[in-house]
Amino acid sequence: MSNYTMHLLVCGGTGCRASESDAIVANLRDELEIRGLTDKIQVIMTGCFGFCEKGPIVNVMPDNTFYVQVKPEDAQSIVEEHIVKGRKVGRLLYRDPRTKEPVSDSKHMGFFRKQLRIALRNCGFINPENIDEYLAKDGYMALGKALSEMTPEQVVKEIKDSGLRGRGGAGFPTGLKWEIAAKNKSDVKYVVCNADEGDPGAFMDRSVLEGDPHSVLEAMAICGYSIGSAEGLIYVRAEYPLAIRRLQIAIKQAKEYGLLGRNILGTGFSFDITLRYGAGAFVCGEETALIHSMEGLRGEPTIKPPFPAESGFRGKPTNVNNVETFASVPVIILKGASWFNKIGTEKSKGTKVFALAGKINNVGLIEVPMGTTLREVIFEIGGGIRNGKKFKAVQTGGPSGGCLTEKHLDVPIDFDNLIASGSMMGSGGMIVMDEDDCMVSIAKYYLDFTVEESCGKCAPCRIGNKRLHELLEHICAGKGTMADLDRLRNMSHVIKDTALCGLGQTSPNPVLSTLDNFMNEYVAHVTDKKCPAHQCKSLMDYIVNKENCVGCTACARVCPVNAISGERKEIHYINPDICIKCGACKEKCKFDAIYIS
Amino acid sequence: MSLADLKKKRDELKSGLNLRVNAIDPETHVQVKVAMATCGIASGAKEVMEFFIEQLDRRNIQGVVTQTGCMGYCYAEPTIEVTLPGKEPVVFGYVNLKRADQIIERYIKTGELVDGIIPVNYETIHSKE
Repeated sequence: MSNYTMHLLVCGGTGCRASESDAIVANLRDELEIRGLTDKIQVIMTGCFGFCEKGPIVNVMPDNTFYVQVKPEDAQSIVEEHIVKGRKVGRLLYRDPRTKEPVSDSKHMGFFRKQLRIALRNCGFINPENIDEYLAKDGYMALGKALSEMTPEQVVKEIKDSGLRGRGGAGFPTGLKWEIAAKNKSDVKYVVCNADEGDPGAFMDRSVLEGDPHSVLEAMAICGYSIGSAEGLIYVRAEYPLAIRRLQIAIKQAKEYGLLGRNILGTGFSFDITLRYGAGAFVCGEETALIHSMEGLRGEPTIKPPFPAESGFRGKPTNVNNVETFASVPVIILKGASWFNKIGTEKSKGTKVFALAGKINNVGLIEVPMGTTLREVIFEIGGGIRNGKKFKAVQTGGPSGGCLTEKHLDVPIDFDNLIASGSMMGSGGMIVMDEDDCMVSIAKYYLDFTVEESCGKCAPCRIGNKRLHELLEHICAGKGTMADLDRLRNMSHVIKDTALCGLGQTSPNPVLSTLDNFMNEYVAHVTDKKCPAHQCKSLMDYIVNKENCVGCTACARVCPVNAISGERKEIHYINPDICIKCGACKEKCKFDAIYIS
Repeated sequence: MSLADLKKKRDELKSGLNLRVNAIDPETHVQVKVAMATCGIASGAKEVMEFFIEQLDRRNIQGVVTQTGCMGYCYAEPTIEVTLPGKEPVVFGYVNLKRADQIIERYIKTGELVDGIIPVNYETIHSKE
């Protein structure tokens, strides 16, 4: 029995560790040691809380005090004030952005209030490196239930009835996938976890692996039982060293407890999991490319069919699911399909994790029921747009998705509604843009990414995306014409129709959706040679306002290329031929005397 | 390990996590707040708090024991506030280990009031809202 009076939960996700949460843990332990409190107060490093905006986070239980942006040197105040004297450390409390009042309890933070956590249920709550904490939260009970009380067919049926759809992007019904793999007869079958998270700005899979690795292992074993497989593989990118380390620890602990390996829980079912490391290529998130990469071949996709469920890894039936999909499975088995399918919308059941990034106040990881609107996600949970700027668009679905605008804010988010609105769910990245973002540049940015990540196997993707990118560069440089806009649209459709795999079939989406929603910005670039958001450097000039300039010389001194001339107390002049448009002068000027034309 | 062993192990491990699990929705559990200002600590509030944490667990009562600041009843320290689910908070004074035991056995388990209750003689801005 533990006699701890308090638990100090410190975030150990990649983001918070980069801000020295390791040192916070060490300092907290030192401070407790000095005061002889180590057997009364337990310090636990957990996975990601999701509130990355204000990390590192320290959560004091049981009074649920939520300290934000904690520095290693704050450990002393937390121990001295909160633990010894029983007073909350006011300066470390989260402040409500509207009222500026400190909010001590995470339950009263807008960020957490609307969330429902299924895949992230244990992230930020248990120590991911200690299997006992997972067991205490009913860990491996779903596997036990499946193995002893259910037939493989019943497991498949439960997942089918739950309505769970693949969280990796396409939204294929998970139960159906399992059923197909189960029906294909073979002596050897494989269960693969796709942890090759590649969308820019998406980090939910990493957070699940770092914060609750056992949930994925347990689900893979359940899947193995239902389709008749004894071997699981996790394809994880080598850029996720912490996730890999925690997976290794988790696999070792599960084997020691007999929850993986031979004859699990004495039921005769055996299942083992090994890791495969990817080099971080975006295309390897596509399941056929992923399988080739695991086989030691080039990470290139092949035409489906045959689907991996018929002929996958080493030519054997293979079931591939994403991390977040797996993380939802144990809960469905324990609580039942009828519990899960009450959450969400008609065709998209359960919850979805979103990674909020871009010009939003609360950058972080959230999980909400399907059917929550974009407005709730961005303005309530996300806390609205940074610096009080105006919302312009949100890109969902990463480089394969599209941008959604003001008119889409009240659309309930689910797989089908997002497609109907001209975007897609993707893996759940949401990049928020404000009035200062140029949508032509945004489309160009995503094309940059897909051109870089195209494997080069098929011509439409390899050459077509390159041409699209060149056209966009042309437009941003002020050399575009109206005919270029038609060319952009036509070429986009050709690439979509002819590319081999999902990467090429979706890569023109950002171009098409910005053309649809922000045609006026494209037109401004090609006809007026102006960038309305002042982002395209070729389409703007920094000019001195003669009325306001007092000749203080501050701008001339910060100019890195000596483009500004003028004597003291005389009006200055910016030479447009030398100016590199870095904006340093405008930022420096105290008299508002430099403007962009 | 069999499934029965796994369940047994889970039940053993559960109490270690109760502190965190119950803290998520304290309203549905017995909440004990121990006044831990200088006056409280000097009168033995720390021992009382530890007693509650240990004994609630041992007697299988799901509770959340937290510390709080001075309640103002310095003459009656150690003081504690007990909130049973769905009921108004009740403040007890002069809580030594013997009285703490009574509070658990009689008030928390059966709802029967015991000696040492301090009647609430003030309003806070929260209750006025």
